[in-house]
Formats: sequence, C-alpha cells, structure tokens
Amino acid sequence: MATAELTNPADALEAFRKDAADWLAANFPKSLVGKENVLATVEGGSDPDPEAVGWKRAMGEKGWGTPTWPKEYGGGGLSFAEARVLQEEMGKIGAWNPIGGMGVMMLGPTLLEFASEEQKQRHIPPICRGEIRWCQGYSEPGAGSDLASLQTKCEDKGDHWLVNGQKTWTSGGQWADWCFALVRTDTSKKHEGISFILLDMKSPGVEVKPIRMISGTSPFCETFFTDVKVPKENLVGDLGNGWTIGKRLLQHERTNLSGGGSLGRGQGPSLSDIAKHYVGTDAEGRIADADLRMRIVRHEMEAQAFKATARRVMLESKSGNISLGSSILKNVGARITQERAELTLEIMGMNGLGWSGDGFNPAELGATRGWLWGKAVSIYGGTTEIQNNVIAKRILGMLDHQ
Amino acid sequence: MAVLNEEQSMLRDMARDWANEQSPVTAFRKVRDAGEAIGFDPKAFAAQAEMGWTGVIIPEAYGGSDFGYLSLGLVLEETGRTLTASPLGTTALAATSALLLAGSEAQKQAWLPKIASGDIIAALAVDEGPRHDPSKIATKAEKSGDGWTLSGTKKFVAEGDGAHLFVVAAQTGSGIGLFLVPADAKGVSRAPRNMVDARSHAEVRFDAVRLDSDALIGPEDGAALLDQVLDRARAGVAAEMLGLAVQAFDDTLAYLKTREQFGEILSRFQALQHRMAHQFTQIELMRSVVEGALEAVDANRDDIAAKVSLAKATACDTLHLVSREMIQLHGGIGMTDEHHAGFYIKRARVLENAWGNAAFHRERFARLAGY
Repeated sequence: MATAELTNPADALEAFRKDAADWLAANFPKSLVGKENVLATVEGGSDPDPEAVGWKRAMGEKGWGTPTWPKEYGGGGLSFAEARVLQEEMGKIGAWNPIGGMGVMMLGPTLLEFASEEQKQRHIPPICRGEIRWCQGYSEPGAGSDLASLQTKCEDKGDHWLVNGQKTWTSGGQWADWCFALVRTDTSKKHEGISFILLDMKSPGVEVKPIRMISGTSPFCETFFTDVKVPKENLVGDLGNGWTIGKRLLQHERTNLSGGGSLGRGQGPSLSDIAKHYVGTDAEGRIADADLRMRIVRHEMEAQAFKATARRVMLESKSGNISLGSSILKNVGARITQERAELTLEIMGMNGLGWSGDGFNPAELGATRGWLWGKAVSIYGGTTEIQNNVIAKRILGMLDHQ
Repeated sequence: MAVLNEEQSMLRDMARDWANEQSPVTAFRKVRDAGEAIGFDPKAFAAQAEMGWTGVIIPEAYGGSDFGYLSLGLVLEETGRTLTASPLGTTALAATSALLLAGSEAQKQAWLPKIASGDIIAALAVDEGPRHDPSKIATKAEKSGDGWTLSGTKKFVAEGDGAHLFVVAAQTGSGIGLFLVPADAKGVSRAPRNMVDARSHAEVRFDAVRLDSDALIGPEDGAALLDQVLDRARAGVAAEMLGLAVQAFDDTLAYLKTREQFGEILSRFQALQHRMAHQFTQIELMRSVVEGALEAVDANRDDIAAKVSLAKATACDTLHLVSREMIQLHGGIGMTDEHHAGFYIKRARVLENAWGNAAFHRERFARLAGY
C-alpha cells in the first residue's frame, strides 16, 4: 500500500517536538523566565520590556499563542497532540505564552464558530498576534444573573447601527480597543431580541468609568454608549441570534474562569507550610491547631479532586465537544479559590488583614487583597446559583420534565 | 468516566447489562429476606465467576485476564449500583492483592487459579475492633517448629461466613505478617454478626491454629505490605461506593420528576434543584478521585497511598450525603422497607466504615503530606 511510506504518527510528533524546541531556543529570551504577567494581556502595558515585546511578536507571527486555531486566520494550525508537545517544551525552558486575554479565551473561539468569513479574516489575526485587547459588554445595571433582560438599544439606521445604553462590570474596559457586546435589536421579544455586535471602543459616544472594588483595585468599568455609530458589518451571526452566540461564549468563559490552570501550577507555598510557619507544629510535626489542620486536609483533598476532574473533563472532551463538566468546574473552582483565601487569612491572623504600609510583608498584603478580589469568582461568569440552575436544567433535566 | 480502552468498555457494558437484568435490587431483597449468614446468592457469584470477573486482576498464567484494577473497579461500580450481594470485591480484589503483591510462586499457583475460577472465596482478616485500625492488631503468630501457631480474634470480617481462605494479619514478633489460613484448619471458628446491610461480617476466631512455614505471605515485618494490600481493598470499596452513589442519585432524580405536590412536579422546585445540582457536583468529583486511585494502582505509582486516602475519604463524604438525601427527598416512602432507599443507606454506612472512614483517611492524608 502507498500509505506504508507515510511517517508513523509518533515519529512525526517527535520530529515536531524537536522543531518546537529549536524554535523556542532561538526565540525565547532566557531573561524572560519567571517574568510572565498574566494581567498584561488584559491591562494596559506600563513601559513594556523590549525583550517581552519581541517575544510576543515572535509568538504572534508563528501563531503559537493560539496553537490550535486555523493557520488561515493566524493561528498555529497545530493538532491537540502537537499543542501539548509545544506546551511541554515551553515548560521545560520556562517559556510562557504572551498571547492571551478575552480575545483568546472567549471571542476567538466564538468567531470561529459563528462569524462570517470577512469577520474572521479581519478580527482573528490581530487576536493571534495579541494586537487588539477585547472587552466584554454583557452585564448591565439591571441585567446581572438575568442577563437576557438587557436593555442596551441597537437600532437599524439603514447604513449603520445606533447604540445607546450602559454596560457594567466591563473587565479591562479602560484598556480595551474593542468590545463584543450583547445588544437589544427587538424590544418585543426577550431572548430573540438580542444580537451580538463588535464595537470599536474609540468610537465617539463611548465613555468608560472604572469602578473601585472592595479590594481597592479597579479592574472593572462602567461603559456608557451614547449615540454610538457601529458599521453594519459588525453584526455577528443573524439578527436576533445574539443569545445563542452569547451563551456559547459563556461556556468558553466558564471553562477558562474555573481556575484549573492556575491551581494546576502549584505556585507558591502550600497552605500546610504557611500554617506550620504561623501556627507552629506539635511534637509529631503536625500543625498545632487540630481543627485548622483538618480543614486544610478537606480543602487540599477538594483541590486535588478538582484537578483530577479538570483533567478528566479535558480528556473526555478531546473529541472536540465541550464537556458537561465545565459547569461543575466553575462552581468547584470558585469554592476552592475562596476557601483557600479564607484559610490563608485565618492562618495569618491579624497579619492577614493588613491593608497597606509597614508591619506586613508582601505575601500578607497579597493575601488580604486576594481574599477580597476572590469574592468575585462565585459571581462573575454566572453566579454559583445560576450555575446550579444550569446543572439542574440542562444536565439533570429538572425543568424539562412535564 | 475515565477514558476506557475497548476491553474496559466491553467489560463495563457487560457488567451493567448483567446487573440490570440478572441482579437488580429485587435480587438483593431476596438475599436479605432469606437471611442466610453468607449474605450472598451463590448462583449470582457463580455467574460472575463464569464471566471471568473473579480473574480480572489475576495474570493469565494463573487463570485470570490481567485487565487491571480499574477494570475490576468498573465491574464493582456497576454491580454496586444494584447492590449486588457478592463476595467479588473481597475475594477477587482485596485478598487477591496480597498474593499478587507478595505471594511466592508456590502460593500463587496454589491459590490464584482457584480464586480466578471462583471455586474458593478468600477474605481479608485484619481488624479486631469496631473501627478500622491496623495499628491495633493483637493476633499473634508464634514460631513453633518450622511453622507458626496463630491465635487471636478478628472482628467484622467481610465475607467471613462464606470464605474458604483467610489472609490474616498477625504480630510475628518482628512486626505484622500476613498469613494464609484455610477456613477448615483446626482451631478456626466463626460466628455470624447480623448487620444492617444483611451481608456477611463474621467474627473469626483463631485458636492455636497450626500453620506450615509457607503460610506466611511476604516478610515477617510486613506492615508496609499490609498497607499496600489495604490500599487496594480501599480502592475497590470506593468503586462499589461510587456505584451506590450514582444509583441512589439517579433514583432520587427520577422520583423528583414523577412526584407531584402543590400541583407541581417536585423537580420544578428550585430548592430541590440546587440540592440535586450540589450532589451531582460532588459525585463528579468522587468519580474523578475513585478512578484516579484505581489508575494509580494499575500504574503502580508512588503516590498510591495518598490517592487512595483521597478517594476513600471523598467516597465516604459523598455517599454519606447522597444516601441521606435519598431518604429525605423521597419523604415517607423512603422510610418504608418496601422501598429500596433504606438498602442504600444501610450498605453505605457499612462501606463508609470499611478499611477506614473519612476521618481515618483525612488523618492519613495529612500525615502522608507531612503536616
């Protein structure tokens, strides 16, 4: 048979591994090891390191920041197996992915599925190169968990759309170049009256006001649209199909927000080590506070069960479908993130409640802010309660039954 | 569900079909009503052996199929769903593990083919009190001549009433040793203990039982071996518990979709929906760690102990929750003997105690992690 001459898949993968390692060695500057700033993909850059800029450009041109996206739109065109090899090779030398943000996590996969060919050609390549920061225009003051009650009006003015209204909790809105938004194109229907548009944040009539949070930071904004003109070609999918597209995007968001990635890295000292330091140990080397020790065990066990589930969901969904488990991961990830923060605070005592200044080390101040910031994870991207509704309705079929 | 190979998928499907068709909960009810001390239906066990399930982890050279622990776990999960009363997990997983891990060639040849064929049932006799505690073993094996004399009493030995062979943990003077003791050896006696799950948990007494030197499996200081054997037994029990949890949950969900009150199907009440969503979430986590423990055993990884304690503690907490919710959400009907909710909570509590409850495994998990 003619196919007998074809390369064995395992050999091909090993050949790719060598190519990837060579390319990474030639392009990743060693000085950048340990300098990954995950927020850089969302927040504005403050005098960026020229080496980091070069690394981002190299990865962007190679398409390896979005390794499995199609090559024709600027992605890497790699198989999942190749992407895993790439990740392994990057891990070996401490290289990190400089391409990220909401364009990569949420919008890109959605555009690949729903956008027109022209829209894909225009919007996906800049995401792959990390040139455009996207923000999400979903929530409104009156539309939180009940997102479909959103009111931001989008009127057909013949040669353009006219958008009026207010969005809120716009993550990174003050730094974003573009916004993907759910808007109301029909007031007579709830879900079918919603459309999905792409909006240039530099358009006249767009105003952004950062919101100060309990953690003292302002990662979210209120975004006001006053008579904002949007070109007709910026509607994604059909008129009135925004709810379907928007929900699909939320699935990507929830998968990404569950924290699986960051929990998997095992960064920093373990809770038990922090507890040994602050609380001390007994004669047998156990954390001296027996009650706290058991709660740490419960937390660590749940964190491990979460990681095992994230891995299982990933393996199960390799076939390309989003696993049903993504809804579970969001809630469990939120629970674990918040429990870890609460335990850290408890362990540090008053030192875990410092706000700023002398008397507290950076880890302690970070614990305080992280604890407050972490209250968001069970609220954003669908609250825990909404996720439970989703599980009950879509997975368990508890409303569908007559 | 772990990603399965073709053999595992076939085995799982076969076990599911058999459990549904040949061993539904009504079959367990018959065993319970019969009230026999052995606590299982020999015909059902014979059918399982006929299908090769007693040889799933046993190498082909000794009459098994060598499919591994995850494969046997799939069978235990499926048969656990319908509460199949069978010594399968005890003989073909727990006791077999001692022979696989440390048995001499002669010991393996003597016993494994008989276990694989289902001709004999082997049981693990470790605990001597109501709570699992391998550090409190008083049973003594004293050297006499070129053999041993074994004396002591084991409590709540699973399948102790029907077993033909015991793997007994005893103090040898240099530590804990594991001994193969045929149930018909002189000095072995047993007394049934009638328990809530209507299964066999015998008190087994060893009164100066004479054993040849080849009765010892592994070293005279085999505490580490015992721990390894127990970890495999624990993973097997956790797999059965997964089956119970899944079925108890499914039955509760089905009930909520049929029962009406206030002119509404119960499944439309959000208060109940969120309780079910929570249980579903916990069961998904439980599945990941139970399968993870079995996979760790199959791969002979060095973190088997931690993975098993994680699995058993999680299994205990989750099944505890789900079995309580099963009764509560069924309401009065779940309190009746006519309904099977009671069978699930009774078996659940016994399995929670088996080879260490949640507290035991949390403590062990912390010690293994060095805190």
